[in-house]
Amino acid sequence: MTDRVLLSIENVAVDLPTPRGNLRAVDGVDLKLNAGRTLGIVGESGCGKTMLSRAVLQLLPKKAMLSGRVMFDGKDLVTLDRERLRKLRGRSLAVVFQDPMTSLNPVLTIGTQLIETLQEHLELDMAAAKRRSVELLAAVGIPAPEQRLTQYPHQLSGGMRQRVAIAIALSCEPELLIADEPTTALDVTIQAQILDLLAREQRRRHMAMIIITHDLGVVAGRTDEVAVMYAGRVVERAPTQALFKKMRMPYTEALLAAIPKIDTAPHTVLPAISGRPPDPTRPLKGCSFAPRCRYALAGCHVEKPALTAAETPAHQFACFYPIGTEARVPA
Amino acid sequence: MATLELDLAEEAVSAPVRKGRRFGMLFWAAIGWIVLVCALAIFAGVLPIPDPTAMDMLERRAPYSWEHWLGTDGLGRDEVSRLIYGARISLVVGLCAPMIGLTVGGALGMLAGYFRGRFETLTVGGTDVLLAFPPLILVLAIIAFLGQSIFNLTCILGVLGIPAFMRVARATTLTLSRREFVIAAQALGASHSRILLRELLPNVILPLFAFFLLGVAVTIVVEGSLSFLGLGVPPPISSWGSMIGEGRESLEVAPRLAFLPAVAMFLTVLAFNLVGDTLRAITDPRQGAL
Amino acid sequence: MMQQSAPSAEPLLKVDDLVVEYFVGGKTVHAVSGVSLDIARGETLGLVGESGCGKSTLGRAVLQLRPAVSGKVLFDGNDLTAMRGDPLRKMRQRVQLIFQDPIASLNPRRRIGDIVAEPLVIAGIKDPDKRRKMVCDVLSAVGLDPALVIGRLPHEFSGGQCQRICIARALVLNPDFIICDEPVSALDVSIRAQILNLLEEMKARYGLTLLFIAHDLAVVKAVSDRVAVMYLGRLCEVGPSEQLFAKPAHPYTALLLEAIPVPDPDVRPAESVAVGEPPSPIAPPSGCRFRTRCPRADARCAAEMPELRMVAPRQYAACHYPLT
Repeated sequence: MTDRVLLSIENVAVDLPTPRGNLRAVDGVDLKLNAGRTLGIVGESGCGKTMLSRAVLQLLPKKAMLSGRVMFDGKDLVTLDRERLRKLRGRSLAVVFQDPMTSLNPVLTIGTQLIETLQEHLELDMAAAKRRSVELLAAVGIPAPEQRLTQYPHQLSGGMRQRVAIAIALSCEPELLIADEPTTALDVTIQAQILDLLAREQRRRHMAMIIITHDLGVVAGRTDEVAVMYAGRVVERAPTQALFKKMRMPYTEALLAAIPKIDTAPHTVLPAISGRPPDPTRPLKGCSFAPRCRYALAGCHVEKPALTAAETPAHQFACFYPIGTEARVPA
Repeated sequence: MATLELDLAEEAVSAPVRKGRRFGMLFWAAIGWIVLVCALAIFAGVLPIPDPTAMDMLERRAPYSWEHWLGTDGLGRDEVSRLIYGARISLVVGLCAPMIGLTVGGALGMLAGYFRGRFETLTVGGTDVLLAFPPLILVLAIIAFLGQSIFNLTCILGVLGIPAFMRVARATTLTLSRREFVIAAQALGASHSRILLRELLPNVILPLFAFFLLGVAVTIVVEGSLSFLGLGVPPPISSWGSMIGEGRESLEVAPRLAFLPAVAMFLTVLAFNLVGDTLRAITDPRQGAL
Repeated sequence: MMQQSAPSAEPLLKVDDLVVEYFVGGKTVHAVSGVSLDIARGETLGLVGESGCGKSTLGRAVLQLRPAVSGKVLFDGNDLTAMRGDPLRKMRQRVQLIFQDPIASLNPRRRIGDIVAEPLVIAGIKDPDKRRKMVCDVLSAVGLDPALVIGRLPHEFSGGQCQRICIARALVLNPDFIICDEPVSALDVSIRAQILNLLEEMKARYGLTLLFIAHDLAVVKAVSDRVAVMYLGRLCEVGPSEQLFAKPAHPYTALLLEAIPVPDPDVRPAESVAVGEPPSPIAPPSGCRFRTRCPRADARCAAEMPELRMVAPRQYAACHYPLT
């Protein structure tokens, strides 16, 4: 593992014009990812985590407006010309989506889709591409890979389709893999298998990986660093251990507390987060989480806290009264 | 309740904004044209225009004049009043025939899509048979057998439209009946007729209506083509199609005689298509949500 | 914690050897193959399993929305499988259903007020004022402001709010029994807890009995008195939830438990605990249906179908070689 910064997201903001006014999906996000590391981005739906990943891939909707810089391997993806961007995507930058049914082409066989990707990006000949495809399918744990090449996506189960999608993403040995809710559509048992597979391939290929999810449980044992997003902003960012052990942001705490745990007794009232995220077309003046925060004081509604580092530079959070510090006013 | 998650009051203010922006100028122009044509057709009897069948052999193919705004045709009949009375025929046939398709085809399609099974097989099979007949031959045969009249023409075109409406209704119903709100209604103990009328119909009717408007446009053209071939309304009644047919004989001396009804038909068909397309695009109530 | 689970004289719902099959493309799908269940009055029974295991089909078959091939569904002593037409419709009003996708289970073209009033109209309550009052009461009960809600269309609400509306619709007739079919799996984590709390609150307030279907064991445990684990159309294990999760007897229950992601970075997930994927319900394996993924399977499991038998007090497992 090196200290080379592979991806650097610098002050990225994404605006979407809607009939109800401007929607600020991503609001000034700064993130860095070193080569070979994994980053988890966690947040509720609508918090901008998917838009952020789209901004990295330069796959935003046409009418979206992007500001800031997305530096990948020293190149700014925002200003990169189309042809070089296209070469980069698929080659060095790969993505796995939530729903493998819609991300695979239903009228082409698994083989065609894999072989085409290999031929296009690695310029392999037919026989080599086919050999490579079989290896890849075997690597992602698909039994009888030779036979699968002639099958269509609908002939496979959801878990198998997601494995195929991962095989396609891995086919060109990318430096960065973005997994956007890779297991949300899958069963728990399959979820564990897919996450294990991603972790194994990530380690083996020394690629960097971003896992986007709404489930803190998914990122807990499988990432080096986690960024929690809320209403378009990163509200807490820390090495995974620190985030779970010494969380500072009340939102992170609430999010973790709201998950039903297997060791809590039945019929325990869950500490739910009341309310719902603010309307993204109407940004709040103060902290976006203040209306739902049980520790919020008057000042939280007036001024927006900036993302700042505290005891260690790696642990940043955006809160005036962080948990477990002297600033915390007893609620 | 500690878990209230409502801040709707604020949202309510912003909701109406999107209404006006959805339709463009073109849509309103199309609506305007349809209203104008309909109004002229409805009030043709009371408008101060000459009898469309009154011939004036001295004024054959007269050019534009104060008396005849758009001149006269080959038999000296006033072109304006023939166009207006022609609109009557085109619109009556154009609206009534798809109406037959809409009601019969829509009902059959919904029943087939909801109940499935043997009824669906029969309905789909029946409409396939209907579709397999060459339509022109069918029209020819039936008109030869029943006689040439507006009523017969409307009925035939209506019946020919049933399969298309049936398919649209059935496809929409099929996808809808798998949706959970229909199962929810069944679980509530709702009767089949209640599910069909209250749950499914409001969702099926809009795409059907959009298709109906396209059907109107198609029927106007088909009626025109049949009249052009002399299979449409019996003379001396004018329809746009028969006017084009008659105008064909004098294309070199007075091209406007074919051109004017063609323009009228073109604009009307275009207007119906435009309205139909716009309505179909906004059929989904959730499209305006974000 | 196990307050209502003491077996009362007669269970509210008794499913007896229920078999549900249906045809897809000329092939028979063995969705539910001989499932027997009892749910006592006031109890919450959690039903867990992977997708395709037939748990949703079972839920729908209870309401006769899917015809049963054989077996009985006794609700309050009445056999629903033998009922048709009006009596069945009357009985259905006492059993309600809540679905996974709250937005799809509301008719997009009807106003919330009409949607929630629909069960009342079907039940034949003619007086519109009375209906309106009942709708407003139930909407307030689920935490929505009736004045702001009734005139609106479903797409104006978030998923969590739509699920509240669905719960209101299910409660408006004051039913005895509610089948919750994955009610929170389409919702965000933060909203999930709200809806689970709401269901618990409503259960106490309306004196409900619940069948809670889900694939997430932690969610099921949070609300259930007893849990039934289903695999490929058969029950693997039934037992009181604490006991079942503490000491699973069936290897499949153990596998499900191991697969849950733990939100704790110190717990390194065990590498690939789950072996393979469930086979197709079109051609289920002979004998024990779990044997193709089971680490303990041997020749006996292929030859002989295990029956549910008691492994601990009130805990039953269908396994030749139970873990406890």
